[in-house]
Amino acid sequence: MSNTTNRPKITPSKSALKIDGLTVSYGDKTAIFSVDANFPIASMSAIIGPNGAGKSTLLKAVIGVQPKLSGQIHIFDNPIENNLKKIAYVPQRVSVDWDFPTNVIDVVQMGLYRQVGLLGRMKGKQASIAMECLDRVGMADLWQKQIGQLSGGQQQRVFLARALAQDAEIYLLDEPFSGVDAATERAIIDVLKSLKSKNKSIIAVHHDLATVRDYFDYVLMINIKNIAEGLINETFTNENLQSAYGGKLELTHAEELSATKDRVTE
Amino acid sequence: MNTFVQAMLFQAGYNVALVTVGAILLGIASGSAGTFLFLRKRALVSDAIAHATLPGVGVAFIIMIWLGGDGRSLLGLLFGSAITALIGLFLIEWIPRRTRLPEDAAIGSVLGVFFGAGIVLLTVIQTMSSGRQAGLESFLLGSTAGMLFQDAVVIAIGGFLSILGIWIARRPLTIVAFDKDYAISMGYDIRKIDLLMMGLVLGVTVIGMKLVGLILIVAMLIIPAVTARFWSNHTDEVVVIAGFLGGLSGYIGAVLSASAPSLPTGPIIVLIAIVLFALSLFLAPNSGVFSTFIKHRKTKSYIHRRQGLLTIAKGKDVVSSFTRKLLASEGLSGSDGLTDKGRKLVTKILIDENRWIAAKEIYPDKDMNIDYGIKPIEETLTKEELIKLDQYIKSHKFKSITYDY
Amino acid sequence: MITEFIQFSLTPILIGILAGISCAVPGNFLILKRQALIGDAISHVVLPGIVVAFIFTGVISTIPMLLGAAGAALVAVMLIEIIKRLGKIEPGAAMGVVFTGMFALGVLILEQTDTSKVHLDVEHALMGNLESLIWLKAQGWQSLFDLDVLKTLPDELFRIIFVCGFILFLTVIFWRWLKIVTFDEEYARTIGIHSSIINFSLVIITAIAAVAAFESVGSIIVIAMFICPPAAARLMTNKLGIQVIWSIVFAILAAIFGYIIAGYGPLWFGSENSVSAAGMIAVVSGIILLLTCMYGPCRESVGQKKD
Repeated sequence: MSNTTNRPKITPSKSALKIDGLTVSYGDKTAIFSVDANFPIASMSAIIGPNGAGKSTLLKAVIGVQPKLSGQIHIFDNPIENNLKKIAYVPQRVSVDWDFPTNVIDVVQMGLYRQVGLLGRMKGKQASIAMECLDRVGMADLWQKQIGQLSGGQQQRVFLARALAQDAEIYLLDEPFSGVDAATERAIIDVLKSLKSKNKSIIAVHHDLATVRDYFDYVLMINIKNIAEGLINETFTNENLQSAYGGKLELTHAEELSATKDRVTE
Repeated sequence: MNTFVQAMLFQAGYNVALVTVGAILLGIASGSAGTFLFLRKRALVSDAIAHATLPGVGVAFIIMIWLGGDGRSLLGLLFGSAITALIGLFLIEWIPRRTRLPEDAAIGSVLGVFFGAGIVLLTVIQTMSSGRQAGLESFLLGSTAGMLFQDAVVIAIGGFLSILGIWIARRPLTIVAFDKDYAISMGYDIRKIDLLMMGLVLGVTVIGMKLVGLILIVAMLIIPAVTARFWSNHTDEVVVIAGFLGGLSGYIGAVLSASAPSLPTGPIIVLIAIVLFALSLFLAPNSGVFSTFIKHRKTKSYIHRRQGLLTIAKGKDVVSSFTRKLLASEGLSGSDGLTDKGRKLVTKILIDENRWIAAKEIYPDKDMNIDYGIKPIEETLTKEELIKLDQYIKSHKFKSITYDY
Repeated sequence: MITEFIQFSLTPILIGILAGISCAVPGNFLILKRQALIGDAISHVVLPGIVVAFIFTGVISTIPMLLGAAGAALVAVMLIEIIKRLGKIEPGAAMGVVFTGMFALGVLILEQTDTSKVHLDVEHALMGNLESLIWLKAQGWQSLFDLDVLKTLPDELFRIIFVCGFILFLTVIFWRWLKIVTFDEEYARTIGIHSSIINFSLVIITAIAAVAAFESVGSIIVIAMFICPPAAARLMTNKLGIQVIWSIVFAILAAIFGYIIAGYGPLWFGSENSVSAAGMIAVVSGIILLLTCMYGPCRESVGQKKD
């Protein structure tokens, strides 16, 4: 029997992002239910689950865009409320109007708004940071281009460059590889891996089960509630996949996925 | 009071009775036509159509004067208004199709510009020959005072024809409003059906102009439809309910207006519709504000209670202060852990929790997660499924969760 | 000739220009946010605002009228938000319910009061009376430097100068926030910008512009100025800053040409009477929009529109 009132809170183990009992509902339908997660520092974590499992909702609840019914969120063991600046968020490409009258470099500079403030001038230094971030995603040549003229992959890279400009500790990405070309996918994963090597933490909603093993080292599987969480080798198993995807995943396919443990990343 | 009862029973004079019938028919027509517009998320198109009628009234008046008439023939004015409204409608469709501008910008610009043109024409008419412009402003706010007998007939017949038109076109309109893609797959031409819908809305607008005014006819198209949405989730039912609410507003409004000298018909009808809307917004049994609020509170408490008790039963600490307060206030936990009442409830919750886990194993194809933890499993499964579930739990194949609490 | 122009035309044109700019600048953001029609809703509720202000104060004077209109705009905006959230109703329909309902209430109350002066004011509020804002004391260009004569300029001019300056000032100060909240609201929140505060402020600014403009150009024609100049500007450029400048240029052109055509156009056709200047300004802004729709260099969409 436990005393619920006068006991010191359990200190969570050192983690980049810790989620406890997060529940979000739309009307009387649950989007995510009492999800716990503990994403490690300096690693690449994937959030996977079938359509409608609440993956994007989870991210949105973390950054406070989606109100939560219950739950606590900590960043490096501190409540998220005062630590949002340590997070850079890369929304889904489709969440904005690409016909907006602005160009590539303008969008990347939005990542510097917190740094320069409301009226501070974008000095040479900031301009060069923005260009450098564009260069890292291989888009420096297109800096003047109208955003509507970009391909899907290029749009995704611009969003990533904007997040890079924030120079955050944690990068939250919502389906970064959705609808992008192979070259972009390669470029994005290279950037993310270099971030990881600088001790940054990457957490991405991911939909392509075939690449989970190649790209990520930690995984959270949800289907409205927690299914499994842990290191890829221990967690990304046939059994868990079945549990997360249920009848939606062909059995043979699941076996194939979890069997490719020693597939080499080319 | 006497006039009121008389008006209610259509006994307060021939004109009043005719206006009342006209208001009822117009209410039914606008309520049901507006529903299709609302369900296609284009409610405010009606606003632009309504404002775009004004220059037509002006032009028709001027032309009729030139032709030697007295310029006040209602049919002529309505015909003119339909022409400019049609041009406005065409522009609303053309601008978003040909340029990058979204539909709401097209609606707003047509509305403002056509109204501006209408005002310009009204000032032209004012100067044409004094005294003759009589009554054109009544199209702005509507007026039944001094309405001619034949005007009332025009409105009544027009209202009846609109209802007839909606009745005939109800199937394609419903399908497109309900599911556009499905309608396309069934071979319907969406653009034509949308035009048909707009045509009906235009007809209702033109007919209603004299009675309630071009600004308030918009209310007649939007408010009953929005109100009806609180009472049903089925497109065809919503159409009927909206028609009924529109007709009811028209009836009560016309009767009230006839029984008191300073109650203009248009605003009264609209305000009745607003009252019905407000009542529905708050009190509708399923989607009203009160029931939604209560449902939300119940769900939130249920989740917090359930998770909190399970957490304590596991021997862990409850972090959320909301949960702690909830459990304490319901007498489920005290300063030294669970109370007896709490323990009893934990036992019940554990049965539920085990059933959910077991259900996932024996019904893997069912999407169980949507309801998991927010309602008891009895509300998701049928009796037979539940019996099968309990048998499975009792068998050796299932390992129940147990806590020491 | 010049004296006559300064006496009868200079102030109306200036007021028309400033009112146009006050509406067009926030209009840019409203259009990009797919909220163009909030200006429409606000313009309609000005009428009940004036009527209620009259009921409360019992006098016809400018300040209570302006306050009443502003109050009605605020009430409308809040009601729209409440109905949208509580009833889960799409924004267009929620707006339609609120502004038509409030308008009906305004007309009803109006019919209960017998003061013809109020009726006149309502007509002005709807249609504007730009032509009456004259500067009789002016004697020529030198009057522009004569303080005593300047004091006799219509009060409307001073009010709209203040409002227009205020709106331009806020737009410059909050430029970055406006831009990012308009483009990507969710992202804006993650970099510490309170999107909801910016959104609400934009609506308040819209209300202020509508209220300040209605007393001279008329409330319904305000809608044309909220939407036409920025919509036309959108078809001229792909940069937000330049778009705002174009919208100001178009607002100025519409005001000048609209006023001149309304005042002198009928003379060319042999008529002695002028027509509604406010209405003509709206028509000219519509013609500008039509021309840009057909020939604007950036008229076609390049990126996928947000659903």
